[in-house]
Amino acid sequence: MEGSAPTHHSKRPEQELDSAVVRFAGDSGDGMQLAGGQFTLATALAGNDLATFPDFPAEIRAPAGTTFGVSAFQINFGDRRIRTVGDNVDVLVAMNPAALMTNLGDLLPGSLIIADSGAFTERNLHKAGYEANPLEDDSLQGYRLLVVDMHKLALDSVQGLNVSKKEALRTRNLWALGLVLWMFGRNTAITESWLAGKFKSSPDILAANLAALRAGHAFGETSGMPPQYPVYHVPPAQIPAGTYRNITGTEALAYGLVAGCQLAGLPMTYCSYPITPASQLLHSLAGMTDFNAQTFQAEDEIAAICAAIGASYAGNMGVTASSGPGLALKTEALGLAIATELPLVVVNAQRGGPSTGLPTKTEQSDLYQAVWGRNADSPLVVLAARSASDCFDTAIEAVRLATKYMTPVILLTDGYLQNASEPWRIPDLDDYPDFHKQRQVTVEDGFLPYSRDPETLARPWAVPGTPGLIHRIGGLERHAGTGQISYDPDNHQEMTNLRRDKILGIAKDIPALEVCRGKDKCQVAIIGWGSTFGPIHRAVGNLIEEGLGVSHIHLRHIWPLPPNLEDVLRGFDHILVPEMNDGQLVTLLRATYLIPARSLTKVTGKPFKISEIEQAARALLEERA
Amino acid sequence: MTVQKPAPAARSPKDYASDQEVRWCPGCGDYAILKAIQKTLADLDAPPENTAFISGIGCAARFPYYMETYGFHTIHGRAAAIATGTKLANPDLDIWVVGGDGDSLSIGGNHLMHLLRRNVNLQYLLFNNEIYGLTKGQYSPTSHAGTRTPSSPGGSLEQPVHAAPFALGCGARFVARCGDVQQKDLVVVLKRARAHTGTSFVEILQNCIVYNDGVFGHIMDKSVAAEAQIHLTHGEPLLFGENGNKGLRLRTSPLSLEVVTIGEGGVREEDILRHDETDLTLATMLARMEGPDYPVAMGVIYCDPAPSYDQQFKDAHPLRPQSRKALQDALKSGYIWTVE
Ligand SMILES: Cc1ncc(C[n+]2csc(CCOP(=O)(O)OP(=O)(O)O)c2C)c(N)n1
Ligand code: SF4
Repeated sequence: MEGSAPTHHSKRPEQELDSAVVRFAGDSGDGMQLAGGQFTLATALAGNDLATFPDFPAEIRAPAGTTFGVSAFQINFGDRRIRTVGDNVDVLVAMNPAALMTNLGDLLPGSLIIADSGAFTERNLHKAGYEANPLEDDSLQGYRLLVVDMHKLALDSVQGLNVSKKEALRTRNLWALGLVLWMFGRNTAITESWLAGKFKSSPDILAANLAALRAGHAFGETSGMPPQYPVYHVPPAQIPAGTYRNITGTEALAYGLVAGCQLAGLPMTYCSYPITPASQLLHSLAGMTDFNAQTFQAEDEIAAICAAIGASYAGNMGVTASSGPGLALKTEALGLAIATELPLVVVNAQRGGPSTGLPTKTEQSDLYQAVWGRNADSPLVVLAARSASDCFDTAIEAVRLATKYMTPVILLTDGYLQNASEPWRIPDLDDYPDFHKQRQVTVEDGFLPYSRDPETLARPWAVPGTPGLIHRIGGLERHAGTGQISYDPDNHQEMTNLRRDKILGIAKDIPALEVCRGKDKCQVAIIGWGSTFGPIHRAVGNLIEEGLGVSHIHLRHIWPLPPNLEDVLRGFDHILVPEMNDGQLVTLLRATYLIPARSLTKVTGKPFKISEIEQAARALLEERA
Repeated sequence: MTVQKPAPAARSPKDYASDQEVRWCPGCGDYAILKAIQKTLADLDAPPENTAFISGIGCAARFPYYMETYGFHTIHGRAAAIATGTKLANPDLDIWVVGGDGDSLSIGGNHLMHLLRRNVNLQYLLFNNEIYGLTKGQYSPTSHAGTRTPSSPGGSLEQPVHAAPFALGCGARFVARCGDVQQKDLVVVLKRARAHTGTSFVEILQNCIVYNDGVFGHIMDKSVAAEAQIHLTHGEPLLFGENGNKGLRLRTSPLSLEVVTIGEGGVREEDILRHDETDLTLATMLARMEGPDYPVAMGVIYCDPAPSYDQQFKDAHPLRPQSRKALQDALKSGYIWTVE
């Protein structure tokens, strides 16, 4: 593997960095996600820890050259644990004026811009809203600017190959990738082997892509590159020993659901209706039918959850997934699953809202909907995953709780988690205890479908097809015990209490919460949930290094809350709750514990920056000092 | 998984009655349908533990409570979707879905459409009383224009949807119609429905004695039945009427069925069409017939089996437990690297 300082740049200044943020930005059709993905792979193999953030437009084919058609892929990598995608961009690859226009704001002075001058035409400048060419006036003076005509160089590189001009120009992303790989001292071998697999059946395209990739790399190495640009060296990170792969939240969820069902000893029936950013999970699972899993594309979200409930009724693990608007449609059926006490896992990949909102942008604004968003008193379990790889464990936990307690479980992820990738130490499945779910099969005289396990308060799961246990279930209130329809006032009170207590009782079955960074008692606790984990964790680390009394607490179990959370929170003078919504967890915590927790909110469709969290914590410390 | 008990003595309709008190209004057509279904299952000696009734919400949808089989009373309009999931998870179950006209064709219209086009192997019984019973008598999507109800005091304005043609339009492969009081015929139709592989759609004209009494009187009353109904038998001539001498003939322009009388205007017996259950065009014309000009078609209107969705789905998703090692290997697929 690479990772040690390359030797072939001897005349060039070398700059050692502990971490770097690179963003590839271009038009939707420019192949930026591909370039970013390949750079990620090479980076991971070079031993760096990393985090990525693909950011693409809502339109499938936005008009070329426009600012709203810009697609970007950001990677932060370094020699230490990387928890965020990085606050500021060190190297921006701008494939057209619109990409420069929309991304410049994330660069600090002195950062490097690599711009394809071939795309800075009159027309493109105009579309992006530039009056003059920024590559030629002095507006980019504060930055280091590397202007290369990638249009021309890519065309040159494929000369003599059997591709059209259009196809030749499409190799610009690989040309750019080649250059950036060189810049960070990486070779092109991994990308070459990936390309060879991808374009197996189109040898001409393969040849062109390889030529462009190599040309970009060679451009750096040969005289093409002005000598004052350094090569960067980011040493490998100290990461725990093990076998690694890159994984997105979506893939981790798919594997986690499959693994959870295997641990429960149940086949999975996954039912879903496409919606961004949850559709990818349907795609992933549709390719995993070898693993005792079925996937069903329903006619809408209501049918999807209903089919999943029907499957659970029949004895499988019913799973459905959607995003906010789809979860709204599933609401009534969730009530049915609560009333009939059937196991169900509902993944909600949150996105910006309300209504259709920002389909491709991330947000955490469905916490209310998950915890409280149903008619009547209808408690269920709510979990949230904190990182791409954590989606795996959280999915297993969702299946465990759903089956053990015969309850629907909502698992919250978000657009960022679904798409972001990170290196994942592949777990050893033998480390996970089985939680085989026993369905009732023994014949019982006077079988009571709503009798309860005294420990869990779960009712028995007897499925159609089982002799001797014939019974009926339904959404009408039913007698605690026999399950027969009952409108008795006291019975409704009792059933409401039982439904509540069953869910609250789960708190006894979840791990006690631990402060995940910092002291157990100090001035400020920053408590978060979901994908804000990375920025909070890094911010708290930085503040601790400065000697400040700040700790990080992160929730996986949103409802019921961990049993010791109140005690933990009481160990701090101040509590800060950063969330990508208008203040939802903070309300839940204040309502539950009557504590004066403070809110830090952000709903720009982008993750928190580390500095934003640091700033808020500092303000809190100063205000109270 | 189905575990069949050793065959007990043949079951009687009573064996399919649950211990629940039936709570429909006295005189409701649903009672007769309940009786017919219990008789059907008894005649077929259907294993109760392998039978599930799944329903939405409405008077009709209370049905599962009264059956000594597995039962799931779900939410308004969604029984088709829930039953689909149940069938995908366990294709061996014998599933009957029961819904009213509101349940099936207003709130649940979308799911019914997709159930039918998918051809999930189950029986869908639509109890059509042309009214919302449970919510106390508002007009429904099958109510005739001009129906006066509390929500349409001046008469409803909407054109009704016709259940059987709707089903055919959705791609149903089995469509039948029957009346609640036609015990014998109903049992025959229900047996045919159960024998059919794929979605068997049965529209049952059901009298709501409280909110829409006699809405099918012009079809079902004994005094008019012979003239107002035509009973379909595959391969037999399409004859009806008091004297059995009326029939349906194909008119070519405009392409349509016409009612003719044998012996009148030179009509001979050979001119009468024969029923062909597998003919979709004929079925569509038959399903659309209504009075006063035409008799209403009763019995199996269309039956042309096609592969069922759940069977195809099962072949595409063969559920079998997978070893931990296989999953572990899958986790390690793609680009992996080792950190020492
Ligand atoms: C989501 C929802 N909306 C409305 C209702 C109220 N509702 C219950 S039954 C029904 C209509 C029943 O009519 P139909 O399906 O024709 O059955 P019938 O009672 O006539 O047998 C309505 C509107 C409900 N239970 N749930
Ligand atoms: S309201 Fe009508 S449909 Fe409902 S039970 Fe009474 S008679 Fe039957």
